[in-house]
Amino acid sequence: MEDLKPRLEQQDGPEGLRTRVLGSWTAAQFALPGAHKSAAQALKALGSRATGAANAPEQAAWDLRELQQLDHTGAQLLWNHWGRQWPARIETSTTQRAVLDRVAQYSVDLPARAPVTLWQRYLALGAALLHLLNHIKGFIRLIGQLALNLLRLARAPHEGPWRDVSGHLYSIGATALPITALVGFLIGVVLAYLTSRQLRQFGADAFIVNILGVSLIRELGPMLAAILIAGRSGSAITAQIGVMRVTDELDAMRVMGISHSFRLVMPRAMALALAMPLISVWTTCSALAGGMLASYLAMDITPAYFLTALPNAVEVHNLTLATAKSAVFGILIALIGCHYGLRVKPNTQSLGQGTTASVVTSITVVILVDALFAVVFKDVGI
Amino acid sequence: MRDAHLDSSAGDDNVVEIRKLWTVFHTPDRKFVIHKDLDLTIARGEVLSLVGGSGTGKTVLLRQMLGLETPAQGSIQVLGRPPGSLGEKGAASRVGMLFQHGALFSAFNVLENIAFPLRELKTLPGKLIRDAAMVKLQMVGLGPEHATKMPSDLSGGMIKRVALARALIMDPPLLLLDEPTAGLDPESSDSFVTLLRSLHRDMELTVVMVTHDLDTLFELSTRIAVLADQKVIVNGPPKQVIAFRHPFIEQFFLGERGQRAMALLREYPFAV
Repeated sequence: MEDLKPRLEQQDGPEGLRTRVLGSWTAAQFALPGAHKSAAQALKALGSRATGAANAPEQAAWDLRELQQLDHTGAQLLWNHWGRQWPARIETSTTQRAVLDRVAQYSVDLPARAPVTLWQRYLALGAALLHLLNHIKGFIRLIGQLALNLLRLARAPHEGPWRDVSGHLYSIGATALPITALVGFLIGVVLAYLTSRQLRQFGADAFIVNILGVSLIRELGPMLAAILIAGRSGSAITAQIGVMRVTDELDAMRVMGISHSFRLVMPRAMALALAMPLISVWTTCSALAGGMLASYLAMDITPAYFLTALPNAVEVHNLTLATAKSAVFGILIALIGCHYGLRVKPNTQSLGQGTTASVVTSITVVILVDALFAVVFKDVGI
Repeated sequence: MRDAHLDSSAGDDNVVEIRKLWTVFHTPDRKFVIHKDLDLTIARGEVLSLVGGSGTGKTVLLRQMLGLETPAQGSIQVLGRPPGSLGEKGAASRVGMLFQHGALFSAFNVLENIAFPLRELKTLPGKLIRDAAMVKLQMVGLGPEHATKMPSDLSGGMIKRVALARALIMDPPLLLLDEPTAGLDPESSDSFVTLLRSLHRDMELTVVMVTHDLDTLFELSTRIAVLADQKVIVNGPPKQVIAFRHPFIEQFFLGERGQRAMALLREYPFAV
């Protein structure tokens, strides 16, 4: 394929310097390694040689007739080399001429981008603040709308989107059971092993039940479940609603007079409010099972002792608090997912950004709200 | 100026050769035979339109030529090679495809979309790529001011034009079009057809298209291939196809809709 390689040859003819363009000057040829580099170098060497020679560069003749093939990319390369004007003498076939003509006609520089001024930066800061306020306003509106919809549902329960609720319950709740159980169990095992080491130093082996009981039931169980569900279902909610925006389904619903909030947001919020406490209890149980196993293996604390000591170590208020907290987490995850989903713009990039933002925000909010609960209820159950 | 990358000796004048093609779709309880012993050859420089009722596998055939789907049996040769090799680097220099909805990358602006196949070669400098993309942008009739727009800011006609510019960035000899004028208003549809015709002439393209639009069909096609009864029932110049006796052809071309478009037959010469 040597004869296809784009290259140049120079000859001194009777009418002066003559440059023959040879090979195949196409994008497909330039795709081969080194082809473009050698062609560009040949052109560059030509420029310097021509200026040094007696003939000025514009006087040199160009001969393209022996060229195998010329496409728009190759023509562009030559045209740019000629400084975007025709050389004084050029010989081409008619098809090559047509390609070069088109390139000559359409070669323009991109409109220059204006530099960013300090004033524009200042305005961008304001825009970012307003954007944040807009998010908060939108979220508060979503909460208000949910409250109104719940009232509407209470007034006419038979009109509610019950099939949607049960569908979401299954996909958000039931299908999340294996993964939450696995993660909970492993965390329980790890926690029990680590604390057993410390407790043994003080001879306080029996207190492992208290430590595991309070930390898992009150904090870690609900938190773990909420973070897993935020990652799993929060992103799914945003993506589902976002895709509906991309494919105009949201607009179609609005035109039919069906409220997004009633039909999309409320069923998800209801399903998560119900599923989240259940998953949280499930995760806690699984973590306790893991802790129980590890304590038995590491410290010879029998499951029977563990189970009898647990009710004395952990007040029942802890369980109530954890369940209530989980319901709040569930509603927040659903609302944040819907909030970002409804704000997706009809393009795929916005969909990706919305999903990421949704997961990050819901995990952050879950942790913040958990801290709030810890401060407010610091005197309950401990 | 013969195409250098057509290194096969056989069928230098046939851009696409389809032999004894079978396409079968399976559902859990039964299977549907879409194509049965289908033969089709497309010669260099033609504008061939694939026509057929819905479910006759026009788009499937197009996708098989692109290597996006594999037939159950039979062989397809595109530019003397099996279409499976189209997934390789530099495939954009062999075949350009205009998808029905444009399939522009929504994360890129117009210029980046057009330049994408060239940029992916990783051998050319950025300036040359930008210049080449600007030339193609203007060849499809869009001004330089559209270069920095995002696909979501474009109208339907502009999306098709940008997608066409992207399909043509590496000057492929073969261009496939899936419903090129679907979803366009009559005016943009007409100007798009004019554009396709001038590009076909200027760039010595072979064009294969699937279309339901009779105006587009008659204005562009040098040949029409009709798909029915699981094969190509007739493949020839428009006048010959219309004269062929078959229920589908009578219903498609000689219905009321067809009569209106047939007026064009007298107005437009087929030689493009």
